[in-house]
Amino acid sequence: MTLLTFIPLAALIVGFALGVILNRHPIRSALCLAVTLFLLAVMFVFLDAHLVAALQIIVYAGAILVLFLFVIMLLNLEADIPQKRRRSMSIAAVAGGVVFAGAVLRPILWAGDTLPGPGWSESAPASFGTAESIGARLFTHFVLPFEVTSVLLLVAVLGAVVLAKKKLG
Amino acid sequence: MVPATYYIALSVTLFSIGAIGFLIRRNLIVMFMSIELMLNAANLAFVVFARQQLAVDGQVIVFFVMTVAAAEVAVGLAIIIALFRHRQTLNADEVRMLRW
Amino acid sequence: MIDVSWTVVLPILLVTGTAFAVLLADLAVSGPDRDGLGWIGIVGLMVTAIASAALWNTHVEGFAGTIVLDRYAVFFDLLFCLGAGLTLMISMDYLGTIGLETGGEYYAIVLFSTAGMFLMAAADDLIVFFLGLETMSIAAYVLAGIWRSDLRSSEAAMKYFLLGAFATGFLLFGIALLYGAFQTTALGTIAQEIGPSTGLQRTLAFGGMALLLIGFAFKVAAVPFHSWAPDVYEGSPTSVTAFMAVGIKAADFAAFVRIFMHTFAALAIEWTGVLAVLAVATMTVGNLAALRQTNIKRMLAYSSIAHAGYLLVGMVAANAAGGAAVLYYLLAYMLMNTGAFAVVIALGKRGEPNESLDDYDGVGLRQPLLGICMTVFMLSLAGVPALAGFTGKFYLFSAAVQRGYTWLAIVGVLNSVVSMYYYGGVLMRMFMAEGGKRVQGTAHRPYLTATLVVATVGTVALGIFPSWAFELARSAFLSLG
Repeated sequence: MTLLTFIPLAALIVGFALGVILNRHPIRSALCLAVTLFLLAVMFVFLDAHLVAALQIIVYAGAILVLFLFVIMLLNLEADIPQKRRRSMSIAAVAGGVVFAGAVLRPILWAGDTLPGPGWSESAPASFGTAESIGARLFTHFVLPFEVTSVLLLVAVLGAVVLAKKKLG
Repeated sequence: MVPATYYIALSVTLFSIGAIGFLIRRNLIVMFMSIELMLNAANLAFVVFARQQLAVDGQVIVFFVMTVAAAEVAVGLAIIIALFRHRQTLNADEVRMLRW
Repeated sequence: MIDVSWTVVLPILLVTGTAFAVLLADLAVSGPDRDGLGWIGIVGLMVTAIASAALWNTHVEGFAGTIVLDRYAVFFDLLFCLGAGLTLMISMDYLGTIGLETGGEYYAIVLFSTAGMFLMAAADDLIVFFLGLETMSIAAYVLAGIWRSDLRSSEAAMKYFLLGAFATGFLLFGIALLYGAFQTTALGTIAQEIGPSTGLQRTLAFGGMALLLIGFAFKVAAVPFHSWAPDVYEGSPTSVTAFMAVGIKAADFAAFVRIFMHTFAALAIEWTGVLAVLAVATMTVGNLAALRQTNIKRMLAYSSIAHAGYLLVGMVAANAAGGAAVLYYLLAYMLMNTGAFAVVIALGKRGEPNESLDDYDGVGLRQPLLGICMTVFMLSLAGVPALAGFTGKFYLFSAAVQRGYTWLAIVGVLNSVVSMYYYGGVLMRMFMAEGGKRVQGTAHRPYLTATLVVATVGTVALGIFPSWAFELARSAFLSLG
């Protein structure tokens, strides 16, 4: 991926992310989030993470985001009224965020060092990031976390039903 | 070739945008979406590091993060619905108890 | 291939199996009386505790080193069994009082949350820790909001969920930076490589450590990340509050201590300073704010924040004495705090929670059992000698002094003196004030009474004979590595 492709893509991602947090109507925020997720999937493809990119679209944009849209529609939400007070809190939060980002970024960007690991300049082997390679790792090294996620999902389903169902008992 | 640190910079920026969004917005759904931005920023970082190390571990971790995010969203939106049934508002200031 | 070790996951399998058993039994039971499900849970927890205790001397690793069953994990497994068991006991009486409409899901979710805690304590890999944390937390968010007809419960769940997810974001990004630095999420490898790391690798490690610290500070409600705790503790059903204050806090500290005091031990100079500042702020703000409260649950919430501060003092010591002190104090705290919440529940009756401090006037005279128990718990929380709280604080502060943090120990002692004022205030109301409130107390509530007795006896016993428990805690902490 060249700088020529990276910069516009990154700019778009940042732009739409700002759209998520700055939009007054929650439905527009959700749609900005959808675009951000798609653009991230594009970036994943450029990073040779093919299965992850597909999952990003199917699971994140296709399920999680749809759930957001459902709830926004269900609750018939309207645009936020702009809040006049708490301006000082917002400025503090933004300032804090910028300072935080700068504090983390400065040593990383100005280090002139390369990240630990072999392969940024090499091109990835064809089997990198495919379902087969991920599956091999998932079911060997990561098999315990994998089993745990099944319990996690059960808890989430149980919890969501307990909290949201209409009739009690 | 784009240096890996540029990707990490994008990831940190995205994370900060999400964190700022959480702190400045008062609408519960938008606050929740800001958290999703933070999680996606972490996912990007994982994928970049996986590519750097030419090991798919980072991508497998993204798999888990997506699962956790899905579970959180299910429960979070259920809580929002339960709350909405009581109060017809989703403004964090009007949700009485949220005092900072 | 992978080394599938059944021994290493045996406790977790037992707890999860108990949760499933409760869910299945729920289908068979009909009608509003769900006590039987609570009993299934308690029996399951006892079996788990026995199995864990039997594994005390086996140090096993499994599943490619992602999970480990050392004495540290066994200690916490036993602690979590106790905490969940006490929670189930008080719930069996409490749920009827508030008229909670759910079936057995409450008990099942408590048990699933406990399973998540087991994972957090036994995790030797950041991803396993993360998944355990999320399992525990998501179950907890549901529990906070499970009293659907009460608005405060829904609001508590919302606030808990939002801030919990926010903290998870920080933890996750920290894990990402550590993964980038060390090419692995295994705690063992990180522990070895973090000391000699240099350059960009070290920078990333620092960033990861800092973000993990922020995430943990949120989770244990350290100041300035504590603002969610009073509202969440006040709004949740009281049995859930008890579970949060003792069980979830213990699990958060279990992971916090393992990751910082063991994995990041080589960089202790960096994070002990920050933790010391957090400890002072947390103790002070917690105690000062508790002075002004008029609602007992909020007072206990701020007290809980202050106690997290005391625990941080033990972590600052960054040695075996400090680590052992933290583990010991979590046990002591579990007993005395659950007891306090049990008394809070005892005062309530159907339709009347009686959570204002005014409702405590004169109760000690009319209900002597409650009076005695609450005296033990309040004095223990304040750190009065011959009770568990005193021995716990003694171990914590002396560990700090050993490492030259005498000033920190002095702050801790001063804070304990301040806390006497509000703990004592409750007792004065109970015994010296005139009040006519008729409370149900322990009448017709056998499980609550049993819990009160267990907690009182435990608090006194730990106060008089602390060394056996402290030795267990010490050997548990030393097994890390």
